Amino acid sequence: MIILANSLTTPAIGTVIWTTLIFSLFFFLLAKFAWKPILGFIKDREETIKNSLEAAETAREEMIKLQSDNEIIIRKAHEDSVSILKEAKEIKEKIIAEAKEKASIETQKNIEQARKQIQDEKTAAINDIKQQIAELSVTIAEKVLKKELSSKGEHNKMVDSLIEGIKLN
Amino acid sequence: MILSLFVFLTGTTVFGQEEHGGIDEKFNASDFIMDHIADSHEWHLWDKKNGESVAIYLPVIIYSKDKGFDMFSSKKIAHGHVYNGYKLEEEGDFKGVIVSVDAMGNVDEANIPLDFSITKSVVGLFSSCLIGLLLFIGLSRSYKKTGISHPRGIQRFLEPIILFIRDDIAVPNIGEHKYERYMPYLLSVFFFILINNIMGLVPFPPPFGANVTGNIAVTLTLAVFTFIITQISGKKQYWQHIFATPGMPVWLLPIMVPVEVLGMFTKPFALTIRLFANITAGHIIVLSLVSLIFIFKSLVVAPVSILFVIFMDCLELFVAFLQAYVFTLLSALFIGLAAEEKHH
Repeated sequence: MIILANSLTTPAIGTVIWTTLIFSLFFFLLAKFAWKPILGFIKDREETIKNSLEAAETAREEMIKLQSDNEIIIRKAHEDSVSILKEAKEIKEKIIAEAKEKASIETQKNIEQARKQIQDEKTAAINDIKQQIAELSVTIAEKVLKKELSSKGEHNKMVDSLIEGIKLN
Repeated sequence: MILSLFVFLTGTTVFGQEEHGGIDEKFNASDFIMDHIADSHEWHLWDKKNGESVAIYLPVIIYSKDKGFDMFSSKKIAHGHVYNGYKLEEEGDFKGVIVSVDAMGNVDEANIPLDFSITKSVVGLFSSCLIGLLLFIGLSRSYKKTGISHPRGIQRFLEPIILFIRDDIAVPNIGEHKYERYMPYLLSVFFFILINNIMGLVPFPPPFGANVTGNIAVTLTLAVFTFIITQISGKKQYWQHIFATPGMPVWLLPIMVPVEVLGMFTKPFALTIRLFANITAGHIIVLSLVSLIFIFKSLVVAPVSILFVIFMDCLELFVAFLQAYVFTLLSALFIGLAAEEKHH
């Protein structure tokens, strides 16, 4: 029994050599024709799955980003439109106010000018009248002087009739 | 399927042994068991009624210093026959060993020839190698067909095991960056052991039933493969740890270096013994349970015995996976420890 057990626990050199040969053959053939392609395929598949998942995730994130971007753009556009409208209103009011002011200034100016013109005309007319009065006075004086020479009574009559004949305007 | 085969064989064995018992030989359980688990030059099938055994005689390849290489069928040296000066010892110190004998029949003990015979274990090894090659090259072809699509057919059974070895053995023990180099070896050693373990459990017909992974020469060789790969992968830190352990006082080195060097060899030794002992023990238990029938010489024991055998076979099937896993795991661990580079 002990001897038998001994043979069991003593490695036989022949079996060692055969095992080395057979396992080496097994290992090299499988490494080349099985493990390399199999592991390659498994890895490829895993990478494909991983990449697909990542791509999907990226796409999802991008979509969310785009959505939020859109929202921001819309909100901004809205804000812009509001501000543009406000601005336009302000401009309109300003223009109106300016126009009104300008118009009133113009009117004032026109009135002023008209008044001045009237004044000028008036002054010219008065001057003209003054001149005519002066001329008339001279003429009257001339006629009076001529009449005084002939009679005193006649002279007064003459003056009265002349004055009566003067009509302003 | 394996189980039904075993039950079938158990039946055959019972039948054969009862016939054997007919010649009124005393049944020797330990001989019966040892004959089954030990390596041999012939593949014993069954005994005929007249006591003649039916066996497949395997080729003997032998080398001796004086006669050189010689190759012949083991039938020529069966039953103690001497052929060409060679004799297969059946008793004594050299039981089961082919020895050189002189014309007088004296054993030349100083000059034991080297035996490279295709023994039962070698046939088992060749068969498992062939089965493994067919299985995995077939698997690789099926991958070429399916491409990177989901696993189909045999892939669904084998891919989880391959992934398990990669994700739970190689990556955690060797590391993310280096594990790929060792995957072919780890996968090969795992499936080689597993196929041999399972083939050893299937009792019949040949080449099934050889106790290959319960042969210490086989387990030793596999452990030596791991040992060599471990040493080749050994980085600076690994050798430094052996010959100049950091933080060790110099005067302790003469003690510690031999201990560490011994440690290099105890690892593969543990691998050798663990696989050999577990598988052999499993075979011994199953065969012991079968032997009970012949020891009690009663058919009443048979159902109980068979029930236990079935139970043990289920357990052994688990052990077949477990031991292949443990061997691969420890190989990966040893390689990982040697290949480690980061400082801690």
